[in-house]
Amino acid sequence: MNITLNGENKQIPDSMTVTGLLEFLHIQHQRVAVELNETIVKKDRYGETVLNEGDALEVVSFMGGGEISSECGVRSADFKAKKRSQNHE
Amino acid sequence: MSDDILRIGGIEFNSRLWVGTGKYKDFAETKKAIETSGTDVVTVSVRRVNIIDKSKENLLDFIDPKKYKILPNTAGCYTAKDAIRTAMLAAEAGITKLVKLEVIGDERTLFPDNEATLEAAKVLLKEGLIVLPYTSDDPIMAKKLVDLGCPAVMPLAAPIGSGLGIRNPYNLRIIMETVKVPIIVDAGVGTASDVALAMELGCDAVLLNTAIAGAKDPIAMAEAMKFGVLAGRLAYKAGRIPRKLYATASSPIEGILGT
Repeated sequence: MNITLNGENKQIPDSMTVTGLLEFLHIQHQRVAVELNETIVKKDRYGETVLNEGDALEVVSFMGGGEISSECGVRSADFKAKKRSQNHE
Repeated sequence: MSDDILRIGGIEFNSRLWVGTGKYKDFAETKKAIETSGTDVVTVSVRRVNIIDKSKENLLDFIDPKKYKILPNTAGCYTAKDAIRTAMLAAEAGITKLVKLEVIGDERTLFPDNEATLEAAKVLLKEGLIVLPYTSDDPIMAKKLVDLGCPAVMPLAAPIGSGLGIRNPYNLRIIMETVKVPIIVDAGVGTASDVALAMELGCDAVLLNTAIAGAKDPIAMAEAMKFGVLAGRLAYKAGRIPRKLYATASSPIEGILGT
C-alpha cells in the first residue's frame, strides 16, 4: 500500500504498524517522534497503531540548529497559504 | 563563579553562554566548539529523519544529552500551528520539556511574529512545556509572554545571524525592569564584546550560533565567547563606575612636588 512518509510517496507492506515501519526503515525508536495524519503517536502506541492506505506520516529527530532559521520540520497547508499571500503582496 | 547558577522552570543552568549547533562544517567541529565554549546548553532543530540515507550521523551521537541540556527550537516555523506541531514532536522525542519557541514573521529579517508567538506559547504552556520564547526587544511583548507563564524571555539583540551586536541596550534594560524572569539575549551578536555588553547590562544569558560557527576559527571564537560572558557577568556583579563627563584624578593630590 502507499503512504506519504516525510512528504514522499512510499510503498510499504499492508497493515504495517508504526513499530513495523520503523524497523522496516531501520530507524531506532529512541530520539525520534512520529506524527500520523497530523496527530502525535505516543511511543507506547507504536505497536498497536496500524497504518492505512493514504496515511501521512512524519518521522522527525533532532538535527543541528541554533538561532539559524532554515527549513521547518513540519509545515502545514497554512504555511503554504501564508507564503503564497506574502508573494502576492 | 561556580555558584552563579541560572534557574529557569526548575532547571539549573551552569553556563550563561548557550550555543546553537547549526552551520558547522561537521559534527566533529560542532562538538569541539561546544566543548571549548564551556556551555551546558545546546539548541537543536527538529527535522524530518532522512529516510533515504540512514548512514547519516545523528547529532545526539556527538552531543551527549546526559552531559548537555538539549533545547529544541522551532526555527523555521512561520505559523503558530507549525511551531506547536514542531514543539510537541520535540517533547514527544522524550529528552526534554524545554522548547525555544520561534515563530518567524518574515524571511528577510527573521523577526518574530509576535501575535503568532503568543498564540503558540499559550497552547504549549497548557501542554506542560517549558516555553522559552524568541521575541523582539519589546518590553510589552515580554510582559505578555511572562503573564502567560513563560519562565524566561529571549529578546533579540539584532536580526538573526546579522552580527550587528546589541542594537538597543535601553530596551533590554526596560525589559529587565518590566519582567522579573531571566532574560536571555538571543540572536544578532557578532563577537566577544557584544556578549560582554549583554551581560554587563544585566542579562542573564546569551544564546548564539552564527557568531561562533561562522567565524574564521570557530573553536577560537568559542573560547573568546566563553571569556566574554564571564567578563561581562563579573563586571555586572562588580558594579561599574558611573559615567562622568570630566576627569577624576586617580593619583593623590597631596604631596605633589612644588606645592
